Amino acid sequence: MSKLVRRGYLVLVLLFLYVPIIVLILQSFNAGISRAKWEGFSLRWYAELFKSPSIMNALYVTVTIALLAALISTVLGTLAAIGIHALRRRPQAIMMTMTNIPMTMPDIVTGISLMLLFIFTQVPRGYFTMLLAHVTFNIPYVILSVMPKLKQMNRYSYEAALDLGATPGYALRHVILPAVMPGVITGALLSFTLSLDDFTISYFTTSPLVQNLSTLIYSEARKGIKPTMNALSALMFIALLVLLLAVNRRVTATDNTKNGGKS
Amino acid sequence: MKGMAFSSWTSWLMALGFIVFVAMVVLSIRRNQGIRRTLFAFPYGLWIVLFTLIPLLLIGYYAFTDRAGAFTLDNFKMFWDSNYEMNKQLAEMGLDPAALGLARGNVNVDTLIYSLWMAFLCTLICLLLGYPAALFMADRHFRLGSTLVVLFIIPMWMNFLLRTIAWMSLLEDNGLINTFLASLGLPRMQLMYNSQAVLLGMVYNYLPFMVFPIFNALNKQDQRLSEAAMDLGANAAKTFIRVTMPLSLPGVISGITMVFMPSVTTFFIPRVLGGGNTEMFGDLIERTFLSADNWNVGSALSLIMMVLILMSLSLLRKVDPEGEGGSMI
Repeated sequence: MSKLVRRGYLVLVLLFLYVPIIVLILQSFNAGISRAKWEGFSLRWYAELFKSPSIMNALYVTVTIALLAALISTVLGTLAAIGIHALRRRPQAIMMTMTNIPMTMPDIVTGISLMLLFIFTQVPRGYFTMLLAHVTFNIPYVILSVMPKLKQMNRYSYEAALDLGATPGYALRHVILPAVMPGVITGALLSFTLSLDDFTISYFTTSPLVQNLSTLIYSEARKGIKPTMNALSALMFIALLVLLLAVNRRVTATDNTKNGGKS
Repeated sequence: MKGMAFSSWTSWLMALGFIVFVAMVVLSIRRNQGIRRTLFAFPYGLWIVLFTLIPLLLIGYYAFTDRAGAFTLDNFKMFWDSNYEMNKQLAEMGLDPAALGLARGNVNVDTLIYSLWMAFLCTLICLLLGYPAALFMADRHFRLGSTLVVLFIIPMWMNFLLRTIAWMSLLEDNGLINTFLASLGLPRMQLMYNSQAVLLGMVYNYLPFMVFPIFNALNKQDQRLSEAAMDLGANAAKTFIRVTMPLSLPGVISGITMVFMPSVTTFFIPRVLGGGNTEMFGDLIERTFLSADNWNVGSALSLIMMVLILMSLSLLRKVDPEGEGGSMI
């Protein structure tokens, strides 16, 4: 009985989370434009999607910025984590506090403060400034996912490698990097998804001429969103789902080989 | 220090930082040590100064100056009394503002209180909904548990604006719920354009942030502790209250932080689901900056927001001094 109650509760909570998403996806297959009336199944919005220059442009901006921001912040953040880890205690504490500042700042303050910086320094807002902003909010997440891996590492293996004649560069590539790799990958994935979904910070750091999907949706929200947007997000949702399943399968596969096929 | 001067100043700073960095790299290679590892933190340090510290200083600068750039506390007085500026001008014209009946404008303070109250309610509801969910999933006898947790994250991949708009199509007057009610012959309900709808949208968006850290804290727990409590004669309820729950507190604290912080500055949700009088502090800041074009008052509001958040963070730190609950993943 209690088991039934527990399962039932979980189903209800998950239903609450998924109903709007199911509605979104259903609307993308609706032949009519109405949000509430079903007028038959159609792929009309999917066809229109690829013909809409504003959506295709926004998709391009969103994806390239997410990729570039993930790449830059992963490289900078991983280097920074290795550097900070090697620092002495006081400077290390200062750097970690500075890393925590942007994470405790509300998005709206981050966005506005960067907007003030760009206006003040007369850098025209657009693609480049949006990229800078995304890298800025991503780096702390990379550092915080790499740092624990560095701390778990045996402190002496790097020194041992040096004693055994490895150059610092060689030791870095063959001792430190392999040990922190899982953290680096987590950081990169986290940056990519954060950047893909960001609205508030992008909104303040770009111009109306360069829009990502979030700011485009925002500017159209008042006029009413067309189902083409739903079609696009349904496609992106499925793409991410497939990606997750693929990664998950790979992870389970390696886990299985590690455990000798058990579990 | 306006415009161009500052612009060339930043580029000088960047150039200087870069030269120092290159010099240090060259020096440490010349000394045959290879590149010193601590130097790797240098580009990031520069980045933080440029894109976090200087922007924050700019907010501070605008908050304490007037449009002409002179020091003033008027922006904070404007927060307390939105008619302050008007009253000041009246007084300068030799009129008595009190006699004209222009009372204190409490829009800003009321918005702040309303936001804090909504954020509190949202956090509470997320905790009440999320804790049992996390508890049931962390149950050792429930094999599906760790798979189900992933189901709590997946919705976050759908664009957050679109998910909020999806609620609109469920709740609006001609929306799905009302169409359904009408088809049953029941009267339509006013579901949107009120505080409850905004609260619903907030809980919907932030619930996963509560479930996840609590699940992690419960899942990490040593199962033997609660088994020992049971062996020593505690019943299920007592085991939960005395052992399981106290040990999950770091996760709860982390969940509260992750829900409360963003929900105070909720932006957009009130605009879509709320009515005229549901503006929250995030919207107020945005409106002050962009629509009213008043950077000085807007900066003062942002500063007040940040101070409030830092204060509540340090309060939570006191409850969880180890900061164990700090990680989300």
